[in-house]
Amino acid sequence: MAGPTVVRHPSPGTGLPAVFRQRYLLKLLVDKELQIRYRGTVLGLLWSYVKPGIQFVVFYVALGIFLGLERGMENYAVYLFSGIILINFFSESFGNAARSIVANASLIKKIYLPRQMFPVASVWVAGVHLLPQLVVMLVAALVVGWSPTWISLLAIPTALLVVGLLGTGLGLLFGAANVFFRDAENFVDLIVMVSTWSAPVLYAWTMVRDVLGPVWFAGFMLNPLTVAVELSHAAFWLPTTTPGAHEVPPHLFSLWTPVALLVVTLIMLLGDLTFRRLEGRFAQEL
Amino acid sequence: MSADRTAAPNEPAVVAHHLAKEFSLRHARSLKETAMWLAKGRRQDISNRFRALEDLSVTIRPGESVALVGLNGSGKSTFLKLVSGVMSPDGGSLRVNGRVAGLIEVGAGFHPDLTGRDNVYLNGAILGMTKEEIDRKFDQIVAFSEIEQFIDTEVKFYSSGMYLRLAFAVAVFTDPDIFIIDEILSVGDEPFQRKSLGRVKQLSEEGKTLLVVSHDFDVVRKVCARGVWIEHGRVRGDGPIDEVIAQFRAEERD
Repeated sequence: MAGPTVVRHPSPGTGLPAVFRQRYLLKLLVDKELQIRYRGTVLGLLWSYVKPGIQFVVFYVALGIFLGLERGMENYAVYLFSGIILINFFSESFGNAARSIVANASLIKKIYLPRQMFPVASVWVAGVHLLPQLVVMLVAALVVGWSPTWISLLAIPTALLVVGLLGTGLGLLFGAANVFFRDAENFVDLIVMVSTWSAPVLYAWTMVRDVLGPVWFAGFMLNPLTVAVELSHAAFWLPTTTPGAHEVPPHLFSLWTPVALLVVTLIMLLGDLTFRRLEGRFAQEL
Repeated sequence: MSADRTAAPNEPAVVAHHLAKEFSLRHARSLKETAMWLAKGRRQDISNRFRALEDLSVTIRPGESVALVGLNGSGKSTFLKLVSGVMSPDGGSLRVNGRVAGLIEVGAGFHPDLTGRDNVYLNGAILGMTKEEIDRKFDQIVAFSEIEQFIDTEVKFYSSGMYLRLAFAVAVFTDPDIFIIDEILSVGDEPFQRKSLGRVKQLSEEGKTLLVVSHDFDVVRKVCARGVWIEHGRVRGDGPIDEVIAQFRAEERD
């Protein structure tokens, strides 16, 4: 039998381009998620501040004070928080995007719409939740004497772009896989847990360099999350420290940032490709 | 509206040619089953498969109102899911000319924690409407559903009738070329059913193509002119609705 063919005259569009053509639907889906996230809570959106706040205090007390990291590093609190907010953005966007297809099964089984809509919406929701954390970060940095340069200001959107694309790409990949094998959700949890420790959030990159040596250190820098976290350090933490006392990894801007952008773009393409290949069978497998 | 969002004139609305669709009945989920499945070159046992559509060929012209008649499991809903794009076929070809909107299971896109108003916008956008279209039709939708005073209440506080009426109203005011109606013409109380039937007939008069699945032949007769009888995933009979229903009933009596 010849392969099946389907022709639609006003093409409804597929894939990520269709998601951006239907931006209004995307916006409504994001609004919906934000509205129902904190329904029935007294604190509402304040929870977006409370959770990372507590997380920060726990890490700061355990690592900064008890483990003594604060003594070795200026403004360790700012260092810590500027990394944590990026990891939070990653784990929320990736985790929710990977679960979004199964979570919206009832809709996907009944109505046709670009299914990429759901992972992309999850990433935007995570982005909105990041905003209050960025505000807290800025205030904290200003309090300890933040004097940014243009490069450090540019580092903020670049770091967010790297993490956003990474979350979208991995979210598409694991979201599609999750339809067929729910094991994917457990992999997601593992990756999120490992990612918190794989990037220099709680420790400094210099410790890794001293242990690994230059060759393996290059491998460490290939991780887009490492680059994003270091960009965030360059943006928020470095401009609060004594000039010359600390530095970001060598070639961060000239080499590793373009490499990270390339890596996340490849992951995005892989995620999109896998998603497109599998989405035809979503409705019958869910 | 740009040109590529409209149907090509003088072309059939739906052309299905030897359409086939099969489902696997059992899914390998354990490690051992998955390993076996991979070892066998990712093929499934024949006994594990169910062919919902065997070899279905049918042509539907624009503006026709067609009822799909047949027993449960004959492939009617599967065919509608292929036309709407929710599923893709495993064989044959399908041409769809025009925007498709489905009135499949009313309220699929509703969220109980949003207000009636928010749900109208969300569901409208899910069904393919732009913001401007929904703005323009909002008052009509609300008036049709008769829940004006509750529109800013969260729909979880609605009675089931109110919920269904609002969902039906949104679906019925989307503006596609091809309408898919699967078992939902019996929504709400008697007066509302009469009203929704009237609205569907009006859509037909406006030149929309209707594809209707319903086991309520009285309703089907009022809305559709043509009947297509589907049995075991093939077209068994095709013609004026009364004839097809008579054929179908004669067969079922034996």
